[in-house]
Amino acid sequence: MRMALALLLFFSPAAALAEALITTLSSHRVLITSNYTGTSIAVFGAVERDAQTVARATGYDVVVTVRGPRQSIVVREKERRGLVWLNREQQKFPDAPSYLSVFTSRPLDEIASEPARLRQKIGVNAIVHAADFTNDRGTADEPFREALYRLKSRDGLYFEKERGVTFLTPNIFTAQVPVPASAPTGTYDVEVALLAETVVLARSHTNFELVKIGFEQQVGEAARDASLTYGLATALIALGFGWLASTIFRRD
Amino acid sequence: MQIYLPIAEMSVSVLMILGLGAAVGFISGLFGIGGGFLMTPLLIFLGIPPAVAVATQSAQIVASSTTSVLSALRRNALDLRLGGMLVAGGFVGSTLGVWFFAAARRAGQLDLVIVVSYVTLFSVVGSLMMKESISEFWMKRRGGTPLPPRQGGQHAPYLLWPLRMRFPRSQLYVSVIPILGLSLFVGFAGALLGIGGGFIMVPALLYIFRIPTSVVVGTSQFQIVCTTLVALVLHAVANQAVDIVLAILLIVGGVFGAQFGARAGRNLRAELFRFLLAILLLAVGLRFALELVMRPNEPFSITIQETRT
Repeated sequence: MRMALALLLFFSPAAALAEALITTLSSHRVLITSNYTGTSIAVFGAVERDAQTVARATGYDVVVTVRGPRQSIVVREKERRGLVWLNREQQKFPDAPSYLSVFTSRPLDEIASEPARLRQKIGVNAIVHAADFTNDRGTADEPFREALYRLKSRDGLYFEKERGVTFLTPNIFTAQVPVPASAPTGTYDVEVALLAETVVLARSHTNFELVKIGFEQQVGEAARDASLTYGLATALIALGFGWLASTIFRRD
Repeated sequence: MQIYLPIAEMSVSVLMILGLGAAVGFISGLFGIGGGFLMTPLLIFLGIPPAVAVATQSAQIVASSTTSVLSALRRNALDLRLGGMLVAGGFVGSTLGVWFFAAARRAGQLDLVIVVSYVTLFSVVGSLMMKESISEFWMKRRGGTPLPPRQGGQHAPYLLWPLRMRFPRSQLYVSVIPILGLSLFVGFAGALLGIGGGFIMVPALLYIFRIPTSVVVGTSQFQIVCTTLVALVLHAVANQAVDIVLAILLIVGGVFGAQFGARAGRNLRAELFRFLLAILLLAVGLRFALELVMRPNEPFSITIQETRT
């Protein structure tokens, strides 16, 4: 890993910007097998400064944002009508990430002001409250955004970790990104933002993929591509087990 | 020990699923019902997506009911002729139920339809059975003979409608119209609620048709196997929501549970059997009624319509 980092540092082109950000992941492909119980991906990064730029007195801040495959989600609210509680209002989130985690090197409010965070989409709150996250209905959509965040974080799928990014040296940092087993398969985007004195200096994007392999992959494919055979096979297995049990436990 | 479910796309504890299968299988074997109305909410509570829960537990119902049907067949406690009629009506009812399910979903009130149906069905069927079993119990204590065995020709008027058919094993000679009507209704409710409908079928056969208790369980299980097999294949084709790993775990737990349940059921006195089933139904009905009228802890709920990978 250290070797890879060194190579990255060496070959990165001299950027026009004062600071350049170089990032890599411990793995770009996570394989799901039968004993999969979630995973953890390490993000490594280095800040490269060109010769003219002097070190910043305040040091750097890093924000890592990981977004899972997109989902179309409907949030519904129950209201009392007479005796019973019914689903009344609903709000659709057509393009919400299935998984969303944010890791920062310091508490968010020390890194940037609230308006700046909203503008730059830094932090789960800023992303969930972004104007383009769902159709804006003035203040009516607020409780639904809050509810989405609350319900997703209850399942461990939306979360924030202040001080989740550690600087190993003033220019090299790392972060651990836990992904629970309930997070769906697909592509996960990793966005790293470099800040100093509340200003974003650089951003970099990379991604990793969560894929099923072996038996899990075959089952998934069979269920999708040969659904009738798959259904009949399951039915046959169920009948077989039922017959087997009645033979084993036969008393007469 | 954790295992990853390839269709549900999550990992679960093997022991917990085996235990769940055994517990529901026990109740299923005891009362001659499918147990789907218990299994589906429990699986959803464990975090399994509702579509996968409904589809997969039907595999477990097939397995445990097959065991019951085969052992009933050996004990000659199964009326194949009556079972065949019930299956025929049940298929028509299921088709209507699937259609109504889609209509309620389009209207956005599927949850409400399901909860209200559960509450109504369970409290009506449960309290009828409760009343019956308690009055039977008191009559027995006073030394009276409760519910004399049905005599030939002693029938309610609707059983004497045209198209009468003989069911020797059930000691029955009745019109097929009420039988088809019952199975139509059970098929409809079953498809709508994702259940086999044994808990409606068993009391109806017992009280409306006065079929001997020994034949009721086997015949009801036969009808459940047939309709659930169709439902399982339809779920696999239409929703691709059957998780074979979860199904096998539930089945293995379930077949053991069902064996012990069936054995316990044979030693149970008939009125106690009905009393216990009534309590079970009332408890589930009450749980759904509370869900309907209590202030929810979390008024919001999320539904994932689609994941783009």
